[in-house]
Amino acid sequence: MSAAAHVAHGSHDSHGHHEDHGHHEESFISKYIFSQDHKMIGKQFLLTAVFMGIVAMLLSILFRIQLAWPGESSDFLSFFLGETWAPGGILKEDMYLGLVTIHGTIMVFFLLTGGLSGTFSNLLIPLQIGARDMASGFLNMLSYWFFFISSIIMLVSLFVESGPAMAGWTIYPPLSALPQAVSGSGLGMTLWLVSMTLFVVSSLMGSLNYIVTVLNLRTKGMSMTRMPLTIWAFFVTAILGVLSFPVLFSAVLLLMMDRLMGTSFYLSDIIVGGEMLANHGGSPILYQHLFWFLGHPEVYIVLLPALGLSSEIISTNSRKPIFGYRAMIGSILAIGFLSFIVWGHHMFVTGMNPFIGSVFVFTTLLIAIPSAVKVFNYLTTLWKGSIVLTPAMMFAVGLVSTFITGGVTGIILADSALDINVHDTYFVVAHFHIVMGMSAVFGMFGGVYHWFPKMFGRMMNLRLGYVHFWITIVGAYGVFFPMHFVGLAGAPRRYYDYSVYGEFDSPTGEMMMDLNVIITIFAIIAALGQFVFLFNFFYSIYRGPKAVQNPWKANSLEWTTPVEHVHGNWPGELPTVHRWPYDYSKPGASEDYISQIVPLAEGEEEH
Amino acid sequence: MGKLIAIIVIVLGVVALAQLIRVYELSSKLRNSGEDEVSNRDNRLNGRLMLAFMAFFFLGFIYLMSEYGWTGRGVAASVHGRDLDSLLNLNFIIIILVFFLTNSLLFIFTYKYIRKPGVPAFYYPHNNKLEMLWTVVPAAVLAVIIILGLKTWNNVTDSAKKESIRIELFSKQFDWTARYSGEDNTLGSFDYKLTTANNELALLTSNTIDSAIFEMEDGLSGIKALEAKLNDSKIMLVPEEKEKMIVDLDRKERLIRLLYQMKARHNKKVDAFAWDDIIQKDTLYLCENKEYEFNFRAKDVIHSAHFPHFRAQMNTVPGLTTRFKFTPDITTKEMREIKQNDKFNYVLLCNKICGGAHYKMKMIIVVLPEGEYNTWMKGKMATSTFKQKYFPVVSAPVAPAATTTDSTAVAAK
Repeated sequence: MSAAAHVAHGSHDSHGHHEDHGHHEESFISKYIFSQDHKMIGKQFLLTAVFMGIVAMLLSILFRIQLAWPGESSDFLSFFLGETWAPGGILKEDMYLGLVTIHGTIMVFFLLTGGLSGTFSNLLIPLQIGARDMASGFLNMLSYWFFFISSIIMLVSLFVESGPAMAGWTIYPPLSALPQAVSGSGLGMTLWLVSMTLFVVSSLMGSLNYIVTVLNLRTKGMSMTRMPLTIWAFFVTAILGVLSFPVLFSAVLLLMMDRLMGTSFYLSDIIVGGEMLANHGGSPILYQHLFWFLGHPEVYIVLLPALGLSSEIISTNSRKPIFGYRAMIGSILAIGFLSFIVWGHHMFVTGMNPFIGSVFVFTTLLIAIPSAVKVFNYLTTLWKGSIVLTPAMMFAVGLVSTFITGGVTGIILADSALDINVHDTYFVVAHFHIVMGMSAVFGMFGGVYHWFPKMFGRMMNLRLGYVHFWITIVGAYGVFFPMHFVGLAGAPRRYYDYSVYGEFDSPTGEMMMDLNVIITIFAIIAALGQFVFLFNFFYSIYRGPKAVQNPWKANSLEWTTPVEHVHGNWPGELPTVHRWPYDYSKPGASEDYISQIVPLAEGEEEH
Repeated sequence: MGKLIAIIVIVLGVVALAQLIRVYELSSKLRNSGEDEVSNRDNRLNGRLMLAFMAFFFLGFIYLMSEYGWTGRGVAASVHGRDLDSLLNLNFIIIILVFFLTNSLLFIFTYKYIRKPGVPAFYYPHNNKLEMLWTVVPAAVLAVIIILGLKTWNNVTDSAKKESIRIELFSKQFDWTARYSGEDNTLGSFDYKLTTANNELALLTSNTIDSAIFEMEDGLSGIKALEAKLNDSKIMLVPEEKEKMIVDLDRKERLIRLLYQMKARHNKKVDAFAWDDIIQKDTLYLCENKEYEFNFRAKDVIHSAHFPHFRAQMNTVPGLTTRFKFTPDITTKEMREIKQNDKFNYVLLCNKICGGAHYKMKMIIVVLPEGEYNTWMKGKMATSTFKQKYFPVVSAPVAPAATTTDSTAVAAK
């Protein structure tokens, strides 16, 4: 990366238009490491998240091998886990839970929260609203470095002697509070909690910065209703983060106190490992309320940026305005609001009062309305378009598909009566991996392909992009689609070995094992497919063809900045905005796109 | 088998890699010709692939649905389970229709409206009527889903009838124990502090309080033993061990105070509720067509009682009693005929991550016709109540109960 950026740096100097924002020669450290430039910080987030994503993907392959071929020795497992955790190449029960836990944690928080929101909010907010940088470059830098330290601690926890956290990514106490209950609840869990605390700090600093920047630093003419939907999505995401992450912090803090100081927030009447604890009066359910008060908005913290990115990509590559711009904003706001009053749907079978359950059924199913609006608006945007299938566009189309496929099963899970059957089964695993995992990852890939020229000044290889897309969508659907049927058969999630079904219902057990083998094979294919992306990504940073200023012929402001990165984004004055960002194929215009900085022609009406 | 698959995977990987390199070479050739834009050829090819993918996706779905759709579940074996299944089917019909409709529109539009030279896109920023349509229609459909769902939910979670049979399911790492409420159909109370070797479920009676106090004070690692060890100047203790013992002692001193308070407040009349309870391990026997109210308890961490065939599930939470009621109405024998599998058994699984052996935590359930059940139950009531187990018959050569109970057993007489 540094070589390419050095080239960019050199050619930038030759342009010689840095006089008005005090550009000076920067040292390597202030430019690449402790950078306060939002574009560099965005790239730092991206690279860190890509690395974390690879780790999490590898962990999933390790446990998928166990699930498909339980009890069979695997060189792959013994290679990565050694004799401690995979004696003779057979995964240990405890480590299976550890792998599942860390896979979930990294994917949800480090890849899809830090990686998605961190990368694209940082890169795009100033560029698309016409700001020189974030409101506070220093806070922004701190946000990245807290994220970095938090990632390191999470990775370190994989290597401690007693194993990483093993209580599932939701770390429900008492399991997560009692080292006697599972070995990972010792040092591994402590590291998990420390890591997540730092993550919350990072997320808060980032989110506050995004909110302030969007509210205060919009350029002249950039009213809220002229902002690209990406910015609306990042803005609402940041608000969700500010309101919900502190609640996770409080949940984590109380858990730490229960673990270290003998308090009883979550513990009551417990005998574990033959030891009668004196804790009385706490409630493990309290933790679940606190956790899901973050946990549910978190789903939308992951999903909204992906939807925002895909709105932009779909509109640009259909050469049509996004259909129902205001309805799209309305649905983002509605989803954001509703996401705070639905957390109880994760807890229908905790023994919660059934009436409260009914309320959560109602609020949860309401979310289907703005979601449906979004889907139909995407479809209408495609309708009668002039579609250009760039890899980014294909991932955006894939996102709409996964958003539908995963979304409709949400209707089953949100219905408390039906949830009784499928709660905590593979049906849930299928649902959230498709609607949240696949959608957000597709949004992220789409974003990387689309804004790669903006990040690195070069183009990614198209053909490799196509190969990557097709392997990924076939592989990922191949993994998660069959899981619905495993779940409908009643298979609980987080089981180490489904052959236990043979003891009471062997035909069902065999069906599960068959599907598990299919799922694992698709998982391996999908994982291998990601190497195409990695190759393309790193190769193109150095060797990709030079990008032109506006490769996708898009309207939004980031494409009016020079290809080479400039401190302050625009040489000279900030651009003035005269129209919304979706004037594609406007009748009467000479080209099929009109940049936001072009004034309205005489007699031209704004959309 | 495993190795074969591994080989296949590796071969596939190598083929994929070779293809990639080829694709890469082709693309670099193209790049040299100076074309970074998506060519119409690529565009059309990918549009067609989108359509092909849709076909693959839908056929895959139909195949999976017909092959695996309901095999694992079978018919519901409880009264409410069939209501839930028909509700699930209705919901499935709705969502499958939506799934097919929107996914086909998506892929067909992507294929059909691919860029064609000379055909501009249609500028169509909004249409309030259309947007209203797809706000109102989903809302109406959801209203139906919500109303039907909540109706069923209320029926399922309504409190159990007075005459329904009470059973407690006690969960711990990594097994289940059932407790039948016995002749009086009332479960005896419990308190976790009363847990001793012969009172694993911590049932509350005058005797169990006494023996818990005895064990806490005079047991092997009871308060007296700990104090003696700590005060004995002849024993050298590792500092960490000593620290641990002090903490342990402190905890036990707090617990013993609570036990004495319990003893002082205890009302002997409630003892009878516990004495006739029947504790049952390994297999849970249920009677056909009887409503059961299950009370769930957890000893250590959260577990979840998942009865896949009865369409029932409830978490078990330390410090909290949760409940779920259902009426099994297909006996194990009948279900074996329906499933054409004479080894089939109903099961109670743990469905909340609870530690390493989580996946092994289960209990077989057998549903018997009323006659057989009553015979079984009569036998249990005659020989295996909590009282009979707690005070083993004197004629036995050696009392199987733990030594700590001897004093209290005598005291009870």
